[in-house]
Amino acid sequence: MLRSIVTALVREPMLLAGILLLLSIGFFALLGPLFIDTSQAEVGSVAPRLRPSTQYLLGTDAQGRNVLAALVRATPQTLKIGLFAGVIGLGIGCLLGLLAGYFRGWADTIIRTIADVIMTIPGIAVLVLVATNVRSMTVMLMAVIVAGLSWMYPTRTIRAQTLSMRERPYIDIARLNGIGGLELVFMEIFPNLLPYIAASFVTAVSSAMLATIGLEALGLGPQNELTLGMMIFWAQSYGAILRGLWWWWSPPVAMMALIFIGLLMTSTGMDRMVNKRLRVES
Amino acid sequence: MSHLLEVRAATVEYGTVSAGNHKLAVNRVSMVLPGTASITAIVGESGSGKTTVTRMMLGLLTPTDGAVLYKGKDLKGLDRRGFTRFRSEVQAVFQDPFSVYNPFYKVDRVLMLPLLRFGLCATQEEAYQRIRECLEAVGLRPGDTLGRYPHQLSGGQRQRLMIARALSLKARLIVADEPVSMVDASLRATILESLYRLKIEQDVSLLYVTHDLTTAYQIADRIVVMLNGEIVEEGEPESVIHNPKHAYTRTLVAAVPPPDPGTNWGLETDAIAP
Amino acid sequence: MSETILDVRDLQVEFPTPAGPARAVTGVSFSLRKGMRLGLVGESGSGKTTTVLAMMQMIKSPGRVAAGQVLLAGDDLLAMSAKQIRRARFSRIALVPQGAMNSLNPVLTVRAQIEDLLEAHGAQSEAIQRKRHVTDLLLRVGLAEAVADQFPHQLSGGMKQRVCIAIAIALSPQVIIADEPTSALDVIVQKQVMQTLIHAQRAVGAAIILVGHDMGLMAQFTHVVGVMYAGQLVEIAPVKDIFANPRHPYTRMLIASLPSFTSRRVFRGIPGVAPSIVNPPSGCTFHPRCPRAEARCMQEVPSEEVFGNEQRVRCHFAHEDHNVAFA
Repeated sequence: MLRSIVTALVREPMLLAGILLLLSIGFFALLGPLFIDTSQAEVGSVAPRLRPSTQYLLGTDAQGRNVLAALVRATPQTLKIGLFAGVIGLGIGCLLGLLAGYFRGWADTIIRTIADVIMTIPGIAVLVLVATNVRSMTVMLMAVIVAGLSWMYPTRTIRAQTLSMRERPYIDIARLNGIGGLELVFMEIFPNLLPYIAASFVTAVSSAMLATIGLEALGLGPQNELTLGMMIFWAQSYGAILRGLWWWWSPPVAMMALIFIGLLMTSTGMDRMVNKRLRVES
Repeated sequence: MSHLLEVRAATVEYGTVSAGNHKLAVNRVSMVLPGTASITAIVGESGSGKTTVTRMMLGLLTPTDGAVLYKGKDLKGLDRRGFTRFRSEVQAVFQDPFSVYNPFYKVDRVLMLPLLRFGLCATQEEAYQRIRECLEAVGLRPGDTLGRYPHQLSGGQRQRLMIARALSLKARLIVADEPVSMVDASLRATILESLYRLKIEQDVSLLYVTHDLTTAYQIADRIVVMLNGEIVEEGEPESVIHNPKHAYTRTLVAAVPPPDPGTNWGLETDAIAP
Repeated sequence: MSETILDVRDLQVEFPTPAGPARAVTGVSFSLRKGMRLGLVGESGSGKTTTVLAMMQMIKSPGRVAAGQVLLAGDDLLAMSAKQIRRARFSRIALVPQGAMNSLNPVLTVRAQIEDLLEAHGAQSEAIQRKRHVTDLLLRVGLAEAVADQFPHQLSGGMKQRVCIAIAIALSPQVIIADEPTSALDVIVQKQVMQTLIHAQRAVGAAIILVGHDMGLMAQFTHVVGVMYAGQLVEIAPVKDIFANPRHPYTRMLIASLPSFTSRRVFRGIPGVAPSIVNPPSGCTFHPRCPRAEARCMQEVPSEEVFGNEQRVRCHFAHEDHNVAFA
């Protein structure tokens, strides 16, 4: 089993590259604090506005932070939000999509209507509302809100998949075996959706991250915690571009680019691998 | 002895007249499968309603009008126990040996599950023992088929596995919808033979639904011809094939290519029917 | 029937696999005369579709034609450049592929699809000529002129298949290949489609190769039948001879397994499974399933022998007569 996974990965270089890239970013996020002193990510901990040098590899920002340390502190936070929002959003989407697609009837109508309505609400509007009514926005609160706004698309797509799967003959056979209702949905239909869900997961995570970063850059993010989007926000508030402090805003941008490239390569690679398998099998 | 399964003036309607999509898939069809083991063939082309009748008889579809009775009792009125009994005694073999298996699980699951669920076997060992016997009864080697995933078996193996499953459930009736049309010609006779032997050796009735008149003639005790949701002719194979009364049956028989180059099939006519 | 229009010589098609080359087609040779109908019959995986695809240079990489010639009126199709073979397809040799009716473009009318083909081959440059040609073609396959302006989803399965036949004869090819043209169709429609094929053949004076697994259909439609097993042509003979005296055990078993209206409750299936083409059995590939097999069959590959009226057989015991009386 493990050998077939490895061979599959080797045959699909894009998938392999994407996974390796994401893994390296993950290591950076998890193990970074072991090598770099994150206390230097606090405001006023070092001399401000210093260019990159051997002492401060990425220089320091206008608020007195070591940019590299800040990056090490911010990356895992952004990843956390993305993963959390992606997982929750997809999880809810799966559940609702499966139920709506299999049982149809009024459950389907209700779920579908709610999803369609919420899909049209712009996330910014919701966040502005929450931000103005809450004392301080935190990373967790952001994650929850973004999750709440990202379940609709997976619900629709998984519902569509379920609608087609329920007509398959093996579902009839399952019913003839005496399996029905929820057991049928989770034991017969759900396992066959796993490849599709795995591919959707990557999309869910990246769109959650994108939404978060966009909101943070606008200033709606957690003010007291450091994320990649917040680094950009602070850089922009302190006029980093105008003042030529390129080493402040470019590292978070580069890191975000790397994360998205990694996610894109992984999802494209997975897509190609599944399609190749389908083409060979047919 | 009472009838095994009876369809009484059943009608299946789809759509509505006002919406312009009204369709009578099955129109007041009545049919009886006798209590003693027998093989009944329903022959018809696509759109004849034969698949709909099949789904009705399997309890997968309720008729808009009329009733389906199993051993004298209406399916709609069966309680949970009665319905479970029905489910275990009436089994299906479908056309496509590829899509009847959940690709996620090993084939053992589709064999084991109903045995335990319907209370036919108390333990897994008992179930495996019965499954092995049934596999051998249809000409499969347990070592080659159990523990595999569907994609690791051939189409013929998969189809025979489904028959073994029906057998293991001590089904009284097997409803087979085009069981050999997607199987190679050389294997068809073998699979049909296993179904035929089930009747002879195990007293299992078979409802054989097909568009292929020749296999129906080969295996059935009775042939029912359907067209546009209605039964147009029924009777013993000898009389339906060699002495058809309905024009449609005559056309069907004439459309089968006889495997003898000497016989004139009427292929080289001057005009083509539209 | 007159001159030879198609001559396939020693065709060999291979697919590379991690376990070695899979020989999908080995040493297949046959010829077609003008107006003739040849049937290629065999189980799935026997190589019959691969053979006809190879003839038109339609084998997708990594599969390749390892050897052989396909001479169409003297020109070797396999030796043609990509440009030449593209021009030859449909204008000289046409294919109605498996499931053709499902691969009609759903967003184009029938007329548009035929005209597409005509334009691609530079035929009939004037619109009015094209229109007349399309109507002509449809009438030839027994379809009304009005069908030209309909979309595929508005047509029945049989009508769609006839459209595919019309497309196949649009450029008056010399050879028409039909790969399982009736497999998804009801038996009454099947007869109509086969009648259409004959009319189409007559209209353009072509030869037909019918690929299928229904021996009954072969008996009624073809002049010559070729039986394929594991990539080889094990027997090829005029249809009357092959049914009267099938010399290869596989042919005999195929014919015996046919259900017909002459006997009930007799089932003669062929035991065993088709062999692997990567690791075929030694000697004669059919020996594991052959009731006539002897020790010799495991060691020696049978060579081709010719009997009587061009009946070619690959079997050590082909000389034995098995005259079959057909009721």
